[in-house]
Amino acid sequence: MSLRFRVQNRILLGCLLALLCVLISAPISAADVQAFVGARIVPVSAEVIEEGTLLVRDGKIEQIGSMKDVIIPDGAERIDVTGKTIIPGLICTHSHIGWGGGGDSSEPIQPECHTLDSVDVRSASFMRARAGGLTLVNQMPGSGHLISGRTTYLKLRDGGTVEDLLVHDASGWPMGGLKMANGTNSQRSAPFPGTRAKSASLVRQAYVKAQEYQAKIARAEGDPEKMPERDLRMEALVEALEGKRIVHHHTHRHDDILTVLRLKKEFGFEVVLHHVSDAWKVAKEIAAADAACSLIVVDSPGGKLEARDIKLENGAVLEEEGVNVAFHTDDWITDSRLFLRSAALGVRAGMSREGALRALTLSGAEMLGLADRTGSLAVGKDADFAVLSGDPFSVYTQILQTWVEGKQVFDRTNPEHLLFAIGGRGAGDDTAYNCCGGEDH
Amino acid sequence: MKIPSTLIQFLALILLLAGTLEVQAQNIAIYGDTVHTMAKTAEGQWQDPIENGVVLIIDGKISAVGPASAVEVPEGTPEKRCKVVTPGLIDARSVVGLAGWLNIDHDSDHIERSSPMQPELAALDAYNPREPLIDWVRSFGVTTLHTGHAPGQLISGQTFIVKTRGNSVDDAVVQRQSMVAATLGSDALRSGKESPGTRAKQMSMLRQKFIEAKAYQEKVAKAAADEEKDAPARDLRKEAMGQILDGKMPLMINAHSSVDIQNVLRLQKEWQIPVILQGGAECYDFVEPLKAQGIPVILHPTMMRSSGAGKNASMETAAKLIAAGVPVAMGSGYESYVPKTRVVLWEAAIACAYGCEFRDALGLITHSAAALLGIGDRVGSLEVGKDGDVALFDGDPFEYTSHCLGTVIEGEVVSDIAR
Repeated sequence: MSLRFRVQNRILLGCLLALLCVLISAPISAADVQAFVGARIVPVSAEVIEEGTLLVRDGKIEQIGSMKDVIIPDGAERIDVTGKTIIPGLICTHSHIGWGGGGDSSEPIQPECHTLDSVDVRSASFMRARAGGLTLVNQMPGSGHLISGRTTYLKLRDGGTVEDLLVHDASGWPMGGLKMANGTNSQRSAPFPGTRAKSASLVRQAYVKAQEYQAKIARAEGDPEKMPERDLRMEALVEALEGKRIVHHHTHRHDDILTVLRLKKEFGFEVVLHHVSDAWKVAKEIAAADAACSLIVVDSPGGKLEARDIKLENGAVLEEEGVNVAFHTDDWITDSRLFLRSAALGVRAGMSREGALRALTLSGAEMLGLADRTGSLAVGKDADFAVLSGDPFSVYTQILQTWVEGKQVFDRTNPEHLLFAIGGRGAGDDTAYNCCGGEDH
Repeated sequence: MKIPSTLIQFLALILLLAGTLEVQAQNIAIYGDTVHTMAKTAEGQWQDPIENGVVLIIDGKISAVGPASAVEVPEGTPEKRCKVVTPGLIDARSVVGLAGWLNIDHDSDHIERSSPMQPELAALDAYNPREPLIDWVRSFGVTTLHTGHAPGQLISGQTFIVKTRGNSVDDAVVQRQSMVAATLGSDALRSGKESPGTRAKQMSMLRQKFIEAKAYQEKVAKAAADEEKDAPARDLRKEAMGQILDGKMPLMINAHSSVDIQNVLRLQKEWQIPVILQGGAECYDFVEPLKAQGIPVILHPTMMRSSGAGKNASMETAAKLIAAGVPVAMGSGYESYVPKTRVVLWEAAIACAYGCEFRDALGLITHSAAALLGIGDRVGSLEVGKDGDVALFDGDPFEYTSHCLGTVIEGEVVSDIAR
């Protein structure tokens, strides 16, 4: 055997091996890479791309750019979305889908309760939210308490258990905020507060106690003998004090809004103001306190005294003052399927289109502390997005597809999904759905 | 004392001007790039919109509609211009004026809970014409409300029809008694030992009331025919039920679930009374019987919540009913919390996005609503001789980002807020 032959043989063998490797690996990589081609892409965090390609690998955005700039790897699944519009998945900073409750009627401050333990992710409302282009929600307990419990951030993945939908932080803990409320909803007969001053005072007392608990832990310097007894209520409040848990604060009237800002200043927790009916009256104060606002849009003022002065112009006024603004559905108050409408009505009342779309996406991600992972279409972020038939702010636009981490969770061409999008016999049944043909959960 | 003649002249001039303004307020020419007359052709088709059209209103009534080039507008007539002109909008089932925006006892007159059946309660006696929600819906083009007692009792009371203007109910009223509002199903069940506690009980109570009303009517008739016989003591409740039996007031039944809609159908068959189905979340399954029995539908708002009785509501129901030829209009319905009222413009917009042709959707809150309510001779379309009720828009009225620029009732500008 000549040297030349042996070399040739080795090259051939090498080539065969390489080919074999390609043959083995190609199907795997192809399954993990998707190219969404031809759409108008609105990344929110960057300029709009007309006729772009969105490349997704392993559920993350790998590339985004114009069709001619993005090279689609061989074997990638090619999804033609010509003429469609891709926007980031919508983020609802305040949702009650799945009806997860927090505390009971025994007392006004129950931060130890967690919606994670009560939400039903098989509720039809979850499928409607997917049909609305939502990919992430802040699942909130109600507003009938000063502190009604811990909230849960849920990615609207295809899943039948709450664990399937959780978002974890770096240490592996499920993420969420803390729900607080002031104003009339949390005022009831004793032991609940009967006045606004009493409401603030009870909250202040709880946080003062949590500060003492926090100080005890600090003084213990890790010595188990010196540690205070574990107290779930205190732990949740300490998390808020330490900025590990963002406070999501229901508030309507101008003076109640200022009370929240006062408490924020006193205790230093990070707060997102929710609903904020009177925002237009105290927009400058909100801006000065650097508090974010998550707004509700309802079709008429009133319905309760403290929402009497709510204005469609809230978004525009806050935007003008430089406040970070998001919208929320408060589903069932408004319908997740029509979440785009909330922002569109914000535009109707003077908000910029860019600001309004940001308020449905990236601003919401910021308010949940998840902007590094989702909320805009950027390389390295989760592939959470919605495919629309056209302008996000037109009543005639349809949501065609919703994708969470590269997996499709809503497909308008699927009759079972369409039922949730439109309604009809069976649409309200809280049955186990199975959105993507996997095994039954 | 001698009054200077210049002062008299001045005062006379003021009076004259005031008088002129008063008259002019009823006259207006409204120009639109597109005028949707919402009139129908002899064949029953929607008339095509008029491009560069004008609606001329003289003394509160429409005196001409057509292309601006073909309509002679008297000199000095006040005018308004906009992109899109439609008839003033009609909310075919509202509670505005009775269910106040603050949602407190002080402004809540939409439901009386002392007894489950009180058909004698007149909406006229409970309507607050200075309710802020009237201004609110008017700023979105709504000029006519069919409003009154809310769903929530087996028979909660009567409804009536108003224009969204006036400082007194007499200024506003179009029709003093329109329908009797009933509710079947879970929304009108009572708890504990109070009746009705079941659906079967609801039906039997209604039947009993009709039987009593019939007996009362027979006694009245016998007494009228026979001087020997005394007329029964007058009973307003029985008289109101009798008006339903006589076909003078339809029974408008709020029903959503399949079971309750079947009960509506059965009740209408049994008593041969004029019935209107209101709400109808699951009425898509009963299109044919509704049509066969001549029961029109005042449909729930398209954005009705998908919970409780509305859990199976469909956003395509309006389109289905229209396609089947069932008379249908849209109402804002009743909301117990926020939003305290819905805006029918926005509800019809969603119907349009979910299967309705544009004019069919607009018809739900104009022409078709007027026809269903029996006031089609006055409102619902821009035709000569009808009331000068007009809504002005800066674009497609159904688009989220369009604005209603103004609202005109009988030639008077009642709203000019761009909203």
